[in-house]
Amino acid sequence: MADEYIFSAAGLAVGYRGRAVLRDIDVRLRRGQILTLIGPNGAGKSTILKTVTRQLSAIAGTVYIGREELSGLGQAALAKTMAVVLTERVQPEMMTCYDVAAMGRYPYTGRFGTLSAADHAIVRAALRRVRAEEIAGQDFTRVSDGQRQRVLLARALCQEPEILILDEPTSFLDIRHKIDLLDILLEESRSRRLTVILSLHEIDLAEKISDLVMCVTGEGVTRVGTPEEVFSDDAIAALYGLDSGSYLVKRGSVELARVEGAPQVFVVGGAGCGLPHYRALQKRRLPFAAGILFENDLEFEVARALAAKVISQTAFTPISVQAVRAARETLLQCRAVLDAGAPKGPLNAANDALVALAQAHGIKVIHHAEELD
Amino acid sequence: MKKSSLPVRTAAVFGLLVLAFGAMLALNVRTGSLSIAPEQVFRILLHGGSDGTPAGNVIWKIRLPRLLAAAVLGGALSVSGFLLQAFFRNPIAGPYVLGISSGAKMLVGVTMVFVLRHFAGMPFWAVMAASFAGSLLVTGFVLLFARRVRSMSVLLVIGIMVGSICTAVTDFFITFADEANVANLHSWSMGSFSAVSWQNLRIVSAVILVSLWGAFLLSKPISAYQLGENYARSMGVNVKAFRVALIALSSLLSASVTALSGPISFVGVAVPHMSKLLFGTAKPAVIIPGSFLLGGVFCMGCDLIARTAFSPSELAISTVTAVFGAPVVIALMLGRQRGRDHG
Repeated sequence: MADEYIFSAAGLAVGYRGRAVLRDIDVRLRRGQILTLIGPNGAGKSTILKTVTRQLSAIAGTVYIGREELSGLGQAALAKTMAVVLTERVQPEMMTCYDVAAMGRYPYTGRFGTLSAADHAIVRAALRRVRAEEIAGQDFTRVSDGQRQRVLLARALCQEPEILILDEPTSFLDIRHKIDLLDILLEESRSRRLTVILSLHEIDLAEKISDLVMCVTGEGVTRVGTPEEVFSDDAIAALYGLDSGSYLVKRGSVELARVEGAPQVFVVGGAGCGLPHYRALQKRRLPFAAGILFENDLEFEVARALAAKVISQTAFTPISVQAVRAARETLLQCRAVLDAGAPKGPLNAANDALVALAQAHGIKVIHHAEELD
Repeated sequence: MKKSSLPVRTAAVFGLLVLAFGAMLALNVRTGSLSIAPEQVFRILLHGGSDGTPAGNVIWKIRLPRLLAAAVLGGALSVSGFLLQAFFRNPIAGPYVLGISSGAKMLVGVTMVFVLRHFAGMPFWAVMAASFAGSLLVTGFVLLFARRVRSMSVLLVIGIMVGSICTAVTDFFITFADEANVANLHSWSMGSFSAVSWQNLRIVSAVILVSLWGAFLLSKPISAYQLGENYARSMGVNVKAFRVALIALSSLLSASVTALSGPISFVGVAVPHMSKLLFGTAKPAVIIPGSFLLGGVFCMGCDLIARTAFSPSELAISTVTAVFGAPVVIALMLGRQRGRDHG
């Protein structure tokens, strides 16, 4: 049932001047799916996108649009099927945002590009869908980056494509505009079954918007799969060659490298209360230990990423004697204990005992990292 | 909203330009060392040719061809400039600024030096052909260096350098030419509408009108190309063919001008810019005919000044166009600089 797939690449190799950068790309998309390319800079995300938009010709393999080969499509037919939002800076002379969006009607207008009433209606609708109606009359070069990107998206939508391709559409955008843009894409793909292929730098956002994710590294396409299949802490670390910092999939957060060394501070945390203290200690470049944390605790992943040592307890089980012993040993090596002020209950009474132990041994008990300065 | 006021403004500016064009024609045809009464001018024009009187001869043999040449060539230069600006996506581009006119002049000069050594004269089609070949040659040369240059100033510098090389080559060959031919070549190479014959004017006008129509047919892809090569391609523009057409047409237009009257400076940059300001848009379907009209008005005005300012001596046309055109180039560069500072 090949025609179920609106876009497919089979054995595709892409590159420049006959030299393949990436080989054996196989991916198939159904109507309305979103495919996101992630990976480090220079890995070849743009090369793939340029190849599927025919800015570059494929080194090997075939791209199919529906059942037709991409290379066999006429230029006008392709323009009605596929639209693009590129990274290059667009600086048209004396064009309003409306004019730029209306340019998307190019494949549909006559010899002189005169817009019919129906064309105008489509342009207005596209501007409304990208929430750019109010800037329609403004000069395109004078609006903000976020607005400009939305107008370029409206231009692409005016082409009434079945497939939309965007090369790093969220670069240069602030967080609000990133969310707006991706939200529009998600809406278009769900309500109009627009198929979207894009590359993103923000792995956390990629996970949230994609139906399929393609990890692209310099050595070749490593994986294609659903976000659930592709995203694991290790896979992301490997993809980007993270050996210092880390990326926590469950939290969608990026963490800096941990400060290595013998722990100097023991953080008694829990229920997320330790989070600000881990960051504060990390910024002071102090190696620290954290414990005793249940493994389902809000802060457990971060502690694991940042603490030199973590003493943890399997989720939903009482704190074991071994854990308490390990915590005591580590704590007695530290010069301070930071009580994060986590809520107390019968299951974490051992943590209270740790603070008491510190006081008994004359180890300073603090509540903020500043007290160490 | 702005959208509805645009056609009104376009129509109004076109009306004004047509009026100005007519006024310039009228003013030019009756101004000169021989003053002729308006009703007499009218009678002579209606006669459809010289009536044998001195006034008739002046109008039909001197003023009218020169006047029409200024109108048509001014328009052609402006459209040629506009096409180059579209090609380079750079408002500073123009046939003179990029050295293309100098290239045409070089090849015409070199060909003349060789041809006149063996033959009595050089047919006008040969001048046209040499001029066209020279334009293409230099455009190719500039392209080689400037293909990826987005900065106005770099393009400008490349153009000036290429133009200087061409002028040097021209001078080199003129040094070895015969005395009699040098005088001819020199007056032509200064740029003037004065030596225009009806026959040559007809040939050139035909070429120009066809090219103008061709340019007008390109207005849709030109506007798409404003968004950049890749966007244009994604919307269905055959970029390769389009670029070839742009270069061919702009070269044909500027080569026709250079063949008939020698290089004329700055019209190609100044007039399209002024038209955009007048019309308040850069839409090619408006600016191509608009620039043609305004270019005609501009060159007729400049020629009027060239003829009358220091009468009986005459200024070279480029002297006048430079005075009005060069400041526009400077304003463009400064304006762009300011825009960049703000953005």
